[in-house]
Amino acid sequence: MIETFIWLLAYQFMGEVIARSLGWPVPGAVLGMLLLFLTLCARRGVPRALRDNIPRLMTHMSLLFIPAGVGILAFWPMLSAHPLSLPILLVVATLSTFIITALVLQLGLWWQKRRGPA
Amino acid sequence: MSVLAWVQNSPLTGLLLTLAAYRAALTLSRRYHGHPLANTVLMGAVMVIAVLLLLGMDFQQYMKGAGFIQFLLGPVTVALAIPLYNNLGRLRKSGLPILLAIIAGSAAGVLTAVCAGLLFDMPRSMVLSLAPRSATTPIAMGVAEVLGGIPALAATFVIVTGIIGAICAKPLIQLLRIHDDVVLGVATGVAAHGIGTARVFQLSETAGAFAGLAMGLTGLFTAILAPILVHYLML
Repeated sequence: MIETFIWLLAYQFMGEVIARSLGWPVPGAVLGMLLLFLTLCARRGVPRALRDNIPRLMTHMSLLFIPAGVGILAFWPMLSAHPLSLPILLVVATLSTFIITALVLQLGLWWQKRRGPA
Repeated sequence: MSVLAWVQNSPLTGLLLTLAAYRAALTLSRRYHGHPLANTVLMGAVMVIAVLLLLGMDFQQYMKGAGFIQFLLGPVTVALAIPLYNNLGRLRKSGLPILLAIIAGSAAGVLTAVCAGLLFDMPRSMVLSLAPRSATTPIAMGVAEVLGGIPALAATFVIVTGIIGAICAKPLIQLLRIHDDVVLGVATGVAAHGIGTARVFQLSETAGAFAGLAMGLTGLFTAILAPILVHYLML
């Protein structure tokens, strides 16, 4: 477990340092994810410390968003200023974003399959 | 110091409360067989809010403890690289369609929100805060600031968007009759960032892996596309 966290925190740390020193608007953790992904590709395998503990950690990822969900409380006055239009807007925009992405991808996969194996 | 004042100000309260609410939400979610509305983030947050109001605690007091849990979002985001690596074969095979879908979805995320906001005649600062709502919180806040919106408000829209997307992901993919965990993952990651990613991890590791990838790239493309699209739509 200790080694697992050293890996993850070290890559987040690297991501933060690189993003900040280059002035990129990308969160350090996202950059850390890409760096770790490239490392795994270069190593052609997942080290044991990451293989054993991660799957269990990921199934509880929802826990980590509860504090942010509670944050809605702090902005309730602003949100309730548009009690009808704002919820409708957020639902419509989110669902259409999901549908557009899914259909474009489905179309792309279908097109790729029709062209035959690359 | 009175007992209540200690309870209100101790980091233990926020920490314990969040873990207990999550555990209870997990039980409820399992009892209803993972019904989409029995979403663990939504139910957990509602339970925490109820207890905070009961104890007379504000958000700052709550975050003294809950901040430890929120901090773990960073390392867990890094850990998304592992399921992604486990799906390397599929990523190689479908890389181009996935990339195109993420770009199209990032643009759609900005366009739908800005157009609807203009249609509903919302205040300009609110529309600008809505524009980056598909990106993860830190990116959305940064983009909102660049656009002239309100970062804190943008963060709230991000969370609500994530919860809506997490609730609707499974019913929507069934409605579209798509039986591909990669499509489910990419669409959820684009539309509902990390909260959606956390949700689809409960359904399939492959979907979670691709949601994580889509979440990261959507953040990147939103940061690039939002200022351009908003400029043309709002002059």
